[in-house]
Amino acid sequence: MTVSHDVLLVGGGGAGLRAAIAIAEANPRLRVAVVSKVYPMRSHTVSAEGGAAGAIAADDSLDEHAYDTVSGSDWLCDQDAVEAFVDEAPRELLQLEHWGCPWSREPDGHVAVRAFGGMKKMRTWFAADKTGFHMLHTLFQTSLKYDEVVRYDEWFVTKLLVDDGRVHGVVAVDLMTGRVETITAKAVILCTGGCGKVFPFTTNASISTGDGMALAYRAGAPLKDMEFVQYHPTGLPFTGILITEAARAEGGWMLNKDGYRYLQDYDLGTPSPTPVLRSMELGPRDRLSQAFVHEVEKGRVTDSPWGPIVHLDLRHLGQQLIDTKLPFVRELCLKYENIDPVTELIPVRPVVHYMMGGVHTDIDGATPIGGLYAAGEVACVSINGANRLGSNSLPECLVFGARAGRAAAEYAATAGDPPAAIEAQAADEVRRLERDLLHKTDGHEQVSVIREEMQQTVEDSAGIFRTGEALAKGVDTLRELQQRFGHVAVADTSRTFNTELVAALELENMLDVAECIVQSGLWREESRGAHQRTDFPARDDERYLAHSLIHRNPDESSRLDSLPVTITRWPPGERTYGK
Amino acid sequence: MADSIRLQVSRYRPEEGSAPTLQEYDVPLRKEWSVLDGLNYVKDHLDSTLSYRWSCRMGICGSCGMSVNGTPELTCGTFLADLAPGPVRVEPMRNFPVVRDLVVDIGDFMDKLPRVKPWIIRDDEPEPDGEYLQTPEELDEYKQFSMCINCMLCYSACPVYGLDPDFIGPAAIALAERYDLDSRDRGARERLDVLIEHEGVWGCTFVGECTTVCPKHVDPAGAIQRYKLKAAKESVKAFLLPRGAR
Ligand SMILES: Cc1cc2nc3c(=O)[nH]c(=O)nc-3n(C[C@H](O)[C@H](O)[C@H](O)COP(=O)(O)OP(=O)(O)OC[C@H]3O[C@@H](n4cnc5c(N)ncnc54)[C@H](O)[C@@H]3O)c2cc1C
Ligand code: SF4
Ligand code: FES
Repeated sequence: MTVSHDVLLVGGGGAGLRAAIAIAEANPRLRVAVVSKVYPMRSHTVSAEGGAAGAIAADDSLDEHAYDTVSGSDWLCDQDAVEAFVDEAPRELLQLEHWGCPWSREPDGHVAVRAFGGMKKMRTWFAADKTGFHMLHTLFQTSLKYDEVVRYDEWFVTKLLVDDGRVHGVVAVDLMTGRVETITAKAVILCTGGCGKVFPFTTNASISTGDGMALAYRAGAPLKDMEFVQYHPTGLPFTGILITEAARAEGGWMLNKDGYRYLQDYDLGTPSPTPVLRSMELGPRDRLSQAFVHEVEKGRVTDSPWGPIVHLDLRHLGQQLIDTKLPFVRELCLKYENIDPVTELIPVRPVVHYMMGGVHTDIDGATPIGGLYAAGEVACVSINGANRLGSNSLPECLVFGARAGRAAAEYAATAGDPPAAIEAQAADEVRRLERDLLHKTDGHEQVSVIREEMQQTVEDSAGIFRTGEALAKGVDTLRELQQRFGHVAVADTSRTFNTELVAALELENMLDVAECIVQSGLWREESRGAHQRTDFPARDDERYLAHSLIHRNPDESSRLDSLPVTITRWPPGERTYGK
Repeated sequence: MADSIRLQVSRYRPEEGSAPTLQEYDVPLRKEWSVLDGLNYVKDHLDSTLSYRWSCRMGICGSCGMSVNGTPELTCGTFLADLAPGPVRVEPMRNFPVVRDLVVDIGDFMDKLPRVKPWIIRDDEPEPDGEYLQTPEELDEYKQFSMCINCMLCYSACPVYGLDPDFIGPAAIALAERYDLDSRDRGARERLDVLIEHEGVWGCTFVGECTTVCPKHVDPAGAIQRYKLKAAKESVKAFLLPRGAR
């Protein structure tokens, strides 16, 4: 079966839903559809806790938000994109307010803002500590108002149909029935989120498997800055569940095994009893996670069954503040660690959290493939450069989701119908799924085994600190794993809700994404932001003030080149915190 | 603590036509492990063909609702150690058609959701430049009803929904109430019309099971009660006044 639409969103998280509404509003005549492998309100955006940045406070300015973002990125972002971002973020957050998002408020009824890491002013809007949950449900519920938005819930996209440099649709599996269908479209926007699951220990949901990155990469679009992976300093030791940075913004302290606020030893300022912006616990995430590794080296951490940990101390904040501003943190600690942060220390360790890199796009979300757009965590515009600031990515989903939506709507209004060649491509993909996965009789490799080995390989080679040697070894191991994936067995032969097939498809995607991360890490012979090479410990603006771009060659090998960074007003400088 | 625990997991494949059967698996019993961790162990190490939904593993995406020893639960927030020594029976949520193994069809709820118009309804005035002011007290009015994660545990526990699938159900009514109580909204009238018609709120007999099982303390039973009151007042008014005067 083939169905057709004008604009197709792949992904129904924050970025996808924002884009869908933007299209419906820009041109109600367009036939818009959202394909999502989970019901939209289950998308990973739902887990975001801390908040969304947008300068609105009287003492704040767009320039300051831009400067914090640029310096936070270690000068690797594109400053034109950052300027557009900080300018549109407050408007987008207000729009969400008008749609009903339950933002936390000041006593006078105005929206309240809180501090966040790496930000010099209080500018992070929040809905207690369930910001992503409230944003996503507000967007989803608002999207229900637009009859023109059609949804394919629980459909898994396996391929982009590209001919002659233009995208014409996708192939997707309807999980409920197992049918493989073609959905043609004049424009496609990838909003498939991040790829935390390529690592063994992550805050990300099980669905964050980098599908969109792999889809674009295989279709010929380059991935940008894939070496930049953010570790969040405070994950719960066993589950990797995030304890939001808001806990530190409200005044939480990081303590080593001696009860000492160790961040003062890492050029992040001096401790003060109340939080100081851009200082100590409110430094940027890359620096805090790196400080943890140094503490491990100094033997100043506590051992746990899950490896070394430090502690986050919220006790001095008191129950009332914790219950009003951080209720979810308390709920999560009680449930998953059996400790009460009102009276006890929270054990934490750094955890993979966010992918700064992604599908290369311009400031309107356009990729080099005609009609193909990307927005949200899957994309790299780039406003995040070498290190994203907390609370910048939810507004990024809104700003660039809306921009990509409008741009795709314009493109779709003039694009023609898909060429016949597409049908053959789609038929090939159906055959591939049947032959290589569903009806394969000679497979002997297990999805979960290869997945675990891949995750360990990526962690060992592209962790918080990296070396050329380990990265090169990682590339070799990943290649072997890709070979072994060719012999994977899907034991489940049912058509109905075959989650083993999904797991295999996700693994195939992650293997490509993993290779891109490690290859890009090998290419960048310097240390910048979240990419720290112990064999090249300094930042090297001479050679690497540039984005990496990784392309796939027709023979399935990869090729790297680079793209200069756009600098408008803030020449590269030193990143200073705590001063 | 024993070092393993037995799961009795409901298996069903529509292609095979027959009724669901229970399959047993022994999984490690670790103090941190949720029922979901147990299922993931089965999937990764014992039987890759088991199907179930999950995503966030932190009680917020609403995917992993199942019936655990007969009670609707989020499996990512229910711990094996609390169910020791077992066995632990894991079945699909009741009151929904079973698609496969532990996966149920919630399409009926997804179709009902838009009916209660869960979005801000305003008169036709243009949106203001700034935010609509809303004090913390006004926010508190509806906050509880905005916490629903659509996990469907309440539908699974609801005896009325079990008998009458036309009943719009606890979470949808709670959501209608969430918008009605929002100081920014003017749509209460439209929603009431929807809920009075159809099987809206009338089916509920106040068993309160929905509120008991809700993992997010939404109190859908409270929302239904409030709606019934509103609806009762409305029907009295409708009886006394001609439509235009309402
Ligand atoms: C625990 C946690 C807390 C966070 N807190 C914050 C915060 O406080 N502030 C902040 O700014 N950022 C935060 N972030 C980051 C932020 O939440 C994410 O970057 C953002 O939500 C990503 O949104 P998205 O729309 O790009 O993708 P997602 O919300 O991940 O949505 C992806 C969508 O794509 C669909 N999809 C994926 N692959 C396929 C496929 N193959 N076929 C069909 N559909 C597919 C999925 O079904 C889903 O609908 C947090 C992240 C985590 C992990
Ligand atoms: S009201 Fe509670 S039980 Fe019902 S769907 Fe919402 S969160 Fe789940
Ligand atoms: S997996 Fe998300 S609620 Fe349990």
